[in-house]
Amino acid sequence: MELQDIIRPENKVYAAPELLDQVHMHYCPGCSHGVIHKLVAEVIAELGITERAVGVSPVGCAVFAYNYIDCDWIEAAHGRAPAVATAASRLWPENVVFTYQGDGDMSAIGTAETIHAANRGENIVMIFVNNAIYGMTGGQMAPTTLLGQKTATSPYGRRVDLNGYPLEITNLLKELDGTCYVTRQSVHTPANVRKTKAALKKAFQNAMEKKGTSVVEVVSTCNSGWKMSPEKANEWMAQHMFEKYPLGDLKLS
Amino acid sequence: MAKIKGAVTVNKERCKGCNLCVVACPTDTLSLQPLEVNDRGYHFAYMSNPDACIGCCSCALVCPDACIEVYRVKLD
Amino acid sequence: MEEVRLMKGNEAIAHAAIRYGCDGYFGYPITPQSEVLETLEALMPWDTTGMVVLQAESEVAAINMVYGGAATGKAVMTSSSSPGVSLKQEGISYIAASSLPALILNVMRGGPGLGTIQPSQADYFQAVKGGGHGDYHLIVLAPSTVQEMADFVGLGFDLAFKYCNPAMILADGIVGQMMEKVVLPEQRPRRTDAEIREQCPWAVTGREGRRKRNVVTSLELESDKMEVINHKLQEKYREIEANETRWEEIGTEDADWLIVSFGSVARISTKAKELAEEEGLKVGVLRPITLWPFPSEAIRKAADGKKGILVVELNAGQMVEDVRLAVHDALPVKHFGRMGGIIPSPSEIVNALKGMVND
Repeated sequence: MELQDIIRPENKVYAAPELLDQVHMHYCPGCSHGVIHKLVAEVIAELGITERAVGVSPVGCAVFAYNYIDCDWIEAAHGRAPAVATAASRLWPENVVFTYQGDGDMSAIGTAETIHAANRGENIVMIFVNNAIYGMTGGQMAPTTLLGQKTATSPYGRRVDLNGYPLEITNLLKELDGTCYVTRQSVHTPANVRKTKAALKKAFQNAMEKKGTSVVEVVSTCNSGWKMSPEKANEWMAQHMFEKYPLGDLKLS
Repeated sequence: MAKIKGAVTVNKERCKGCNLCVVACPTDTLSLQPLEVNDRGYHFAYMSNPDACIGCCSCALVCPDACIEVYRVKLD
Repeated sequence: MEEVRLMKGNEAIAHAAIRYGCDGYFGYPITPQSEVLETLEALMPWDTTGMVVLQAESEVAAINMVYGGAATGKAVMTSSSSPGVSLKQEGISYIAASSLPALILNVMRGGPGLGTIQPSQADYFQAVKGGGHGDYHLIVLAPSTVQEMADFVGLGFDLAFKYCNPAMILADGIVGQMMEKVVLPEQRPRRTDAEIREQCPWAVTGREGRRKRNVVTSLELESDKMEVINHKLQEKYREIEANETRWEEIGTEDADWLIVSFGSVARISTKAKELAEEEGLKVGVLRPITLWPFPSEAIRKAADGKKGILVVELNAGQMVEDVRLAVHDALPVKHFGRMGGIIPSPSEIVNALKGMVND
């Protein structure tokens, strides 16, 4: 069978999601953000909430998420996305509001907003992209940076005596009565991509059903910040990150 | 048993040559262009071994730039 | 219908917000303005008008809730006092940069730092000169009575929506805590979601009925585009200056001396004017109602033919700088102020004026 007989519209089994703009994304080659964006776009469309979805983008590499996913967006100050989402959700309860945040946004500068929005049980989805480093500002240490991990501000590796321990904010959020679903996923293999999509779908459904706050952590790579090839970054993540941030559901209710 | 035959298309201008699709492909269908680059200077992915493709979508699932489309037919 | 009540300025803010049809209030307790949040919680407007009231985890969170709510086209507000308003500056800059309507109340207390809980006007610079980062302006209204506290909620929201710009009510602990008679406005219905979609086509309401997405952001990495955004903001500020400058004059026409004061202090200055006249001094009082835009032209006109201007404030001399800029050294301008929560008596002001007369 010739290629042109296979590559026909009726045989298409996978295409970029319609809700993802067909534009060049600013992310580095191999960045996990692109995969997660794709999944968010697919889930919103599949749940039929394109006209009700409101995203809140962070400060960090994903600040421009609003340039790619075709729903309404508010760009928040660094760390304040959960507060912004709180108001957007409470004032338009029929809308489905989600935040998209990195580790600095979620677990350093925005820890208070994160914990309190989750503790109030706001009907929102928090998507937490944990790549253990500050990508946009050039690879500085994050709260989630592993012990021994080298970054621009821990050039000899993170040390407990200097920098304290990596913060597992998702584990903290699991303990709060306001969260209804807390899970940790990754997108480094096709199987993991499928699992993350299912997790995102469940989280958005929870928000639609007003069950409280859902948290989807995606353990991710920042190959530029880690100074590795995308492939090596995935291997390094599987070897080192999953030990500290094991994948799976932390809370199901 | 029905045989599956697949094929992919790569939007070569959006591809950043990250190689993750090449790694994810279970049948070694894909490679990065060894010499040719796109307008941004990336060695984009292409089907170097199209006969091997089974249309499993692994490449497309892990592609961060959503530049792969997958086609699949069942051959009786 | 309108209703006459006796209440504190802070309580009047809460009643007026509900009656205006405000959609959401987000605040954090701090003296001397906690009655705003307390009154709203006691009135339970979510059961009547559907207004959202939320005690946030911090002033930072509260102002970012206001940012989020304003981005969706709703009429939202917050209130705080000086140290809390410092925390809000980040969000205020974002709201201004994004050209969003919102209302912020500052019931000023003495600073700097944790300072005192007593009245002050030491946040004038912060309110009218920016406060947060970047080139922006708030529309700043200075109430001197409990009635104005109530009235400026509606005026503040109306101006905020007219110009898509945050408005601030810059009050002080006196008007916040003082009880006076107040005529509360009629209850207005909150705007419906359909009305908001129609009136605020820029708002993040969900894409319903629109093909193109709405994005509220203050980020623009391309400098030439960022400069265009800044020029547009500046054009808007010039328009506000031309249209919305407000002030009150009391006996300025045939006076020899002028007192310029804002807020509660203008009332003390008005009493001082009466006392000074008993001693043969002819004094007028000019009270800026909008601190930004500042009534420079009105002050320039009122100063014409006067012997001098005394600017009385509860601070070390802040608005006096704008008065001096307004009159370009055409006549002597002096400042009299008390700080740290001390309120001057009318006779102190008269003495300060006499000192100026004798110079």
